[in-house]
Amino acid sequence: MESERTGHLNQEGQRDYTGSKMGMWLFLYTEFLLFGGLFLLYAVYRTRYVEQFHTAAASFDTGLGAINTVVLITSSLTMAFAVSAVRKGDRRRSVSALFLTILFGMGFLVIKFFEWKAKITLGLFPGAVEMFQLPQGEVIFYSLYYVMTGIHGLHVMIGVLVLVGMMFLLVRKKITEKDFIKIENAGLYWHLVDIVWIYLFPFFYLLT
Amino acid sequence: MMNSTERDAPIIRYRVYVYVWSCLIILTGLTLAAAYLEFSGLSILINIVIASLKASLVVWLFMHLKYESRLFKVMLLLAIATLTIVILITFLDVLFR
Repeated sequence: MESERTGHLNQEGQRDYTGSKMGMWLFLYTEFLLFGGLFLLYAVYRTRYVEQFHTAAASFDTGLGAINTVVLITSSLTMAFAVSAVRKGDRRRSVSALFLTILFGMGFLVIKFFEWKAKITLGLFPGAVEMFQLPQGEVIFYSLYYVMTGIHGLHVMIGVLVLVGMMFLLVRKKITEKDFIKIENAGLYWHLVDIVWIYLFPFFYLLT
Repeated sequence: MMNSTERDAPIIRYRVYVYVWSCLIILTGLTLAAAYLEFSGLSILINIVIASLKASLVVWLFMHLKYESRLFKVMLLLAIATLTIVILITFLDVLFR
C-alpha cells in the first residue's frame, strides 16, 4: 500500500506534514514537562539549601560548561543548515551539515565524559563513601547533576543515533526536497536537546 | 506527482540562521558576564531571563515555530502554562508550609 510505504501520504497522495509535525511537537512538550519536573525539583531544593548549592556549584568548571554550550548551539546551527539545504535540493550540503552536527554532538558527549570522570575520581557520585561525609544539600546537588545531565546526555546520544539514521536516508535518497519531514522532525528533536542544555548550563555552572 | 494541499513553511535563509547563532553566542557571553559580576540575588533572575531569551530564539527560528500554524503556538503556551502552574502550586507549599 502506497500510504503505508511512504508513511505520511494519505490515500489521495496528499502530504500530512501538519499531522507529522504535530506528533513531534506533542512529544517535545512531554519532554519539556519531563525536564520541567526535574528543574522544579532543583528549584525546591535550592531554596532549602542555598549555601550548600552555592558551594557545590562553585566546584564545577565553568569553562568546560561554556565550551559545551557553544558546541551545542553550533550543532543546532548546522542542524538548521541541514534541513534548509535538503529543502533547497542540495543533499550533499545537507549530508555535510548533518555530519558536522553529529561531530558536535559527539564532542559534547566527550567533554561531558571528562567532566563526569573528574567528579567520579573525587568520589563525588551517588553511593560513594565521600558523598556521605558531605552536607545533605551538596549530596542533593551532585545527585541532581548526575540525573539531569545524565538524562540530557542520553537524549544527546539518541539524537546522534537518529541523525546517523537521517544521514543514511539522505544518502539513499529517502529524504529529498519533496519529502523532508523525517529530517525536519529529527531537527526539532535536536533543537529541543539544545534548549534543555541552555537551561542546564546556568543552573549547574553559573548560579553560584 | 505530489498533490500537496499544504503550504510549506518558507525555507529560512542560511544568513538568518547565522544571525540567530550569533545572538545565541552573545547571550551566552552575557550570561557568563552576569555570573562573573555576581549581582547576588539578581543573578538568578538574569540567568533565567537570558536562558529563556536563548530558548525563545531557538524555538522561534531554528525550530521555525514562527511559520507554524496558530495551534502549535497555543499548544506551546499550554505546556508552559502547565509547568508554571505546577511550579507555583509547589512553591506555595514549600514557602508557606
